[in-house]
Amino acid sequence: MDSATVNPQAEHDSAKHHHVSLPQHRHHFETEEQQREAGSFGMWLFLLTEIMFFGGMFFAYLLYRNWYYDAFVAASNTLNVKMGAANTAILITSGFFMALGVWAAEVRKKNLLVLFLILTTVFGCAFLGVKYFEYKEKFELHHVPGNSFDVSQFINPPLNAQGNATRPPLPPDMAQKTQLFFFLYFAMTGMHALHMIIGIVLLFWLMGRAQRGEFTEGYVAPIENFGLYWHFVDIVWIFLFPLLYLINLHPLAH
Amino acid sequence: MSEHIHDATNVTNPEHAEHHIVSPLEYTVVFVTLLLCTALTVFAATLDLGVFNPIVALAIASFKGVIVILFFMHVKYQSNLIKMTVGAGFFTFLVLITMTLSDYISRAWGLW
Amino acid sequence: MKEHDNSILRLPDQATAQVPKKNFITAEDGLMSWLLTGDHKRIAMLYLFSITFFFFIGGAFAGLIRLELLTPMPDLVASDTYNKLFTMHGVIMVFLFLVPSVPATLGNFLIPIMLGARDLAFPKINLLSWYLYIIGGTLTLTALVLGGVDTGWTFTTPLSTHYLNTHVVTTATAIFIAGFSSIFTGLNFIVTIHRMRCPGMTWFRMPLFVWAHYAASILMVLGTPVLAIAIVLVALERTIGIGVFDPTKGGDPLLFQHLFWFYSHPAVYIMILPGMGVISEVISTFSRKRVFGYTAVAFSSVAIALFGFFVWEHHMFIMGVSNYSALVFSLLTMLVAVPSAIKIFNWAFTLQKGSITFETPMLYAFGFMGLFTIGGLTGVFLGSLGMDIQLTETYFIVAHFHFVMVGGMLMAFLSGVHFWWPKMTGRMYPEALSKLAAVVTFIGFNLTFLPQFILGYLGMPRRYHSYPPEFQILNVMSTAGATVLGIGYLMPVIYLAWSLKYGAVAGDNPWQATGLEWQIQSPPLTENFTEIPIMDHEAYDYEWLEHKTAHEVTTVG
Repeated sequence: MDSATVNPQAEHDSAKHHHVSLPQHRHHFETEEQQREAGSFGMWLFLLTEIMFFGGMFFAYLLYRNWYYDAFVAASNTLNVKMGAANTAILITSGFFMALGVWAAEVRKKNLLVLFLILTTVFGCAFLGVKYFEYKEKFELHHVPGNSFDVSQFINPPLNAQGNATRPPLPPDMAQKTQLFFFLYFAMTGMHALHMIIGIVLLFWLMGRAQRGEFTEGYVAPIENFGLYWHFVDIVWIFLFPLLYLINLHPLAH
Repeated sequence: MSEHIHDATNVTNPEHAEHHIVSPLEYTVVFVTLLLCTALTVFAATLDLGVFNPIVALAIASFKGVIVILFFMHVKYQSNLIKMTVGAGFFTFLVLITMTLSDYISRAWGLW
Repeated sequence: MKEHDNSILRLPDQATAQVPKKNFITAEDGLMSWLLTGDHKRIAMLYLFSITFFFFIGGAFAGLIRLELLTPMPDLVASDTYNKLFTMHGVIMVFLFLVPSVPATLGNFLIPIMLGARDLAFPKINLLSWYLYIIGGTLTLTALVLGGVDTGWTFTTPLSTHYLNTHVVTTATAIFIAGFSSIFTGLNFIVTIHRMRCPGMTWFRMPLFVWAHYAASILMVLGTPVLAIAIVLVALERTIGIGVFDPTKGGDPLLFQHLFWFYSHPAVYIMILPGMGVISEVISTFSRKRVFGYTAVAFSSVAIALFGFFVWEHHMFIMGVSNYSALVFSLLTMLVAVPSAIKIFNWAFTLQKGSITFETPMLYAFGFMGLFTIGGLTGVFLGSLGMDIQLTETYFIVAHFHFVMVGGMLMAFLSGVHFWWPKMTGRMYPEALSKLAAVVTFIGFNLTFLPQFILGYLGMPRRYHSYPPEFQILNVMSTAGATVLGIGYLMPVIYLAWSLKYGAVAGDNPWQATGLEWQIQSPPLTENFTEIPIMDHEAYDYEWLEHKTAHEVTTVG
């Protein structure tokens, strides 16, 4: 071997199957396959940072749920399980349409891709809409931590028609800890919602480009990689829902 | 000697994976499964399983997460590198949780 | 090759040699071509200027600290001003200098070339990294100008959340943004190393510099986000008072510390691993010998990264963690020292029976080996639970981390800058002056920080601006050393800048080193290689190099 550099292209083409060079091919990559794999890998590495970022909050939740279980149960039961479950279904549906969108891009069906992106956005916005109503309700019930927080409803819970407490009353210091639950609720769902909003903004941008046919000529990486992001945000909610809403739906039993 | 340059690092086509396109049918099956699991987790929460409530809830959530990762995010059909990357992420997350917990759990054990 | 030479430096004939007209610096003209570049080499240069700027600001704070500590009385600055001085010194030096130093300058410049690639995987994200760094740095300076922050660079709760009224949120935001700079750099490196090696470049043919950066990049990607969430929670605690770190509301201040140190311990490995990569390259080149135990050094880099995630609680031994977990973390801390020691042994065995010469990069490398060993060993003392109770929060800790970070990392950085300066600029620096600077730095460093081990052992607390009068002589020694050290750091700035115009023309491979970067012109072309190379030999293959140069046309001499 007297020469360390050989042009690999000439010898390589004969062995490689023929491929069209896309306009988006970046020239520091040798092949599109390499570019696509690199892009996907890069997006996964970014998602790893998201796992660790949310991970810190999940740990805080885990700790305080253990320390103040009764307060967490009481506070969790003021959340609307029906809305939470509906939101979970909405977000899963949004993810389903996103996955179909990736498929549409891969099989080069432009109108289907745009449709699926629109449906993803619609369901994403629906999720945020439901969240808005949930937050509004929390505000009205004085469950937002801070000066307006009303702890008395946990010390003296409302009575039902028979005159029994609807939930076990909490001693005052434990009742104070419900604020921690609500803080974590707002922080975690708020951070999640922020990621959804960013995702929706990106979806509008992608819809525009998809409509111009940019993703149905073989270059699917932005759709694919955005899909990874969107599904990840979905997975975070899949864990948030049972952890925040379904801690213990029958605290009176024991 | 083969015609093309021996690509020891396999950069051109990692593990010679054919690019697998996941079909809408697979997606639909996963979608329905996810919805069913959501209903299941709500139902399970209404039952009084004592200490198993959170375990069941997390198990169902983990299952949902896994099928989203494998199918919606295509990881089942991707290279080993991607699979290991996903694993590394969750491993580090678990390290954060368990090792920090080791402090909090053992505080109650008192001083020796 | 003359055998009796005491230098391996081979410069081309200066009468006829010229810096190649077409290179990445001359490729495009104008400020915008630099500010909007995608070229990893230009971005590396941008980083080099920026981190040097922040280094001297951080150094100025160090100077003021040492000035105050000349006398036992708190007579130079007020108490909280002093707190602001050491906080800003720490924040700037850790986040704006040490973390990006080798990866963002040398790593950015060299990794694609060492792998035979044309650029990093994501050039635009590389540029974004630099802008995020600049924004983070500017925001830090803003916090400084607005009045500073005095929590210590560690933002320990509940001090930072409940007891201080300084610009914590501004600084926290700055670090949050700078953290993303680090994450994107690491992400870029990981993808490049996995997927953009040239044909024939297997994992075990890569230079150890690349292995070191790979390990550091994993830490950057997985660790930094936890810092991000920790400081977001501090900001929320300060602004809204949510109670997550507030004992009166049921929170635990130690939760912040767990999250903070979960990143900040791996951060020290983020800082040192790239430096170790530099040392591998330098020691091999200046001993004319392949690195002893390549596989061991490569795997030890990854082992340091892995174990580095398991030891963070050793920063919290006195904070109220459970004794049982402290035991476990102490044991794990002992384990994490092993891979670092493996590297030192391997470098020592590389030196054995090598043809050693003492050019400036090698001087810094020797300094590294000695000082890092001392710093590392004192780390083992600190990892031992019983000793740590006595030594923590004293000047022993200060000396320990300055030995590893300044005696170790900063020396490695200077070693690398000098080693690759001819490659990056096409010019050679003045050797006599640089050797002098290296010696001055070494002397200054030891004078500054050795007394601090003694001070710490005797009980002088850290972060205090007054001390018992019997400690004065050691403090005066330390401040004198700091002055010498400052001179040692100023000298390279001056002569390196001078060399850009007046330095000797370096040629492609003045050190006769192996590695793909030395087979291309100095400075390199924008696209690095005219044709993608094929790697057909092992790393540090000096026989291959000799064979290659023997076949090159040489002038009769």
